[in-house]
Amino acid sequence: MNANATIEDVFREERGRVLATLIRLLGDFDLAEEALGAAWEAAVRQWPRDGWPDNPRAWLIRAARNKAVDDRRRRAREELQAEPAATVPASSDDGGAESPQAPDDRLRLMFTCCHPALAVEAQVALTLRTLAGLGTEEIARAFLVPAATMAQRIVRAKQKIRGARIPYRVPDDDELPERVDAVMAVIYLVFNEGYAATSGDELVRRELGAEAIRLGRLLVELMPGRPAPRGLLALMLLHDARREARVTPEGDLVVLEEQDRTRWNQAQIHEGLALVDEALRGGPADTFALQAAIAALHARAARAADTDWRQIVALYARLFAVQPSPVVLLNHAAAVAMADGPSEGLRLLDQLEASGTLPRYHWLPAARADLLRRLGRRAEAARAYEQALALVGNEAERRYLQRRLDELAR
Amino acid sequence: MQYLLLIYGNEADRVNATKADMETMFAQYRDFTQSILQSGHMKAGDALQPTTTATTVRVRDGKTLRTDGPFAETKEQLAGYYLVEAKDLDEATKLGARIPGARTGSIEVRPIMEMPKGYPRP
Repeated sequence: MNANATIEDVFREERGRVLATLIRLLGDFDLAEEALGAAWEAAVRQWPRDGWPDNPRAWLIRAARNKAVDDRRRRAREELQAEPAATVPASSDDGGAESPQAPDDRLRLMFTCCHPALAVEAQVALTLRTLAGLGTEEIARAFLVPAATMAQRIVRAKQKIRGARIPYRVPDDDELPERVDAVMAVIYLVFNEGYAATSGDELVRRELGAEAIRLGRLLVELMPGRPAPRGLLALMLLHDARREARVTPEGDLVVLEEQDRTRWNQAQIHEGLALVDEALRGGPADTFALQAAIAALHARAARAADTDWRQIVALYARLFAVQPSPVVLLNHAAAVAMADGPSEGLRLLDQLEASGTLPRYHWLPAARADLLRRLGRRAEAARAYEQALALVGNEAERRYLQRRLDELAR
Repeated sequence: MQYLLLIYGNEADRVNATKADMETMFAQYRDFTQSILQSGHMKAGDALQPTTTATTVRVRDGKTLRTDGPFAETKEQLAGYYLVEAKDLDEATKLGARIPGARTGSIEVRPIMEMPKGYPRP
């Protein structure tokens, strides 16, 4: 293994934390990124020659700060500064990176990237760019926007942080719950984007899912006293555990009922189940903890027939109380169908359809179709599948619905 | 850093206000203004007369045009402002949230552009 490859590993490992500290020390995202780039170049040049530092993180921070100080001196000489720039104490101080209690500035960075004063799409872009270290092009591909658009989005977010002086800190205790919710919402958005077959290519999607889980782990690590992040991490791990079984090699959708459970990742399930317990024990359950609890019940069932549907129904009812969305009602109805029979479920689905709150969601007619099929009402089932097909956008889902429709004709 | 807190509200709602409502609102604003004066945050602030008293001036091609009314018809209209000194956006938005009008209308929090030294100031 050549020396450069190992340096890249170190860099990947330390990049986020170093950047977060540099933003604190230099008071500016762009300055920090530039300084980090310079420190990286210096490391690649010097470490193979001079030997590796005992504390690579402290070394990188120091090198970055020195570069920033030099740059500032040069700029001050070159032009008359209208405004005093953020002060950069010129010392060999590494911002405390040497000490064992070195602050992990990534928590500040997380809260700043996910600040409510930024538009949600900007929060997502900035989080992925700075915390996850994804390239602008990668992020653009993942969210199906042109690279220039994504670049602008990130530039504007940084301008807002600078211009409006969004503080670089962990929020006060009184604001913490809602701010943590905001961070979790961003992480979950990234995870879902990785899951949605509507986003970019396969590789990029997997990267997003992995990044979301990594960010989820970081949040749990940085906020050990709060149960809510555990619920989110549990939910992501439990969903991701089923990844291999969700899709056939040809790219066809496999519904939960029909998945080969031997292909589920048991290590992730094991970790997820423990986290769900911790999340539920910690206080009033939020949407993530409850969704994770539902995923946990599926994960515990060795076969689809072993699923505790009664419990799932109860959990969806609790979920509706904290998140009164029609999609939750849909899932609740589907669970009722499994627990109490298709007629009961269909009654609820018909109510939902009549309410008009889910006019364009293809899974509603698809769920009706499935229950009608189970009840032997094949003509009505076929019509419902056709309704669903008229609404579906995603290719894999469309093929699935078409397959179900074709099965009825036989 | 200084921020302008712009107080927007629907003037049409005020038509139905009773005398007691008006007195309550006045007292709330007085208390808020007093508190941010004491805390040192307030630099300036005023209530504005309603948009029925507004005139909009534009100069185009050397011609001065005056029209009756605000610059544009909007759902909520500018009713007043505070100019505050705050250490960051969080502090400014916390101040904005305490403005009585925030409960029924909208407070826009706009950072003041910092001008070079020597720029004219009162």
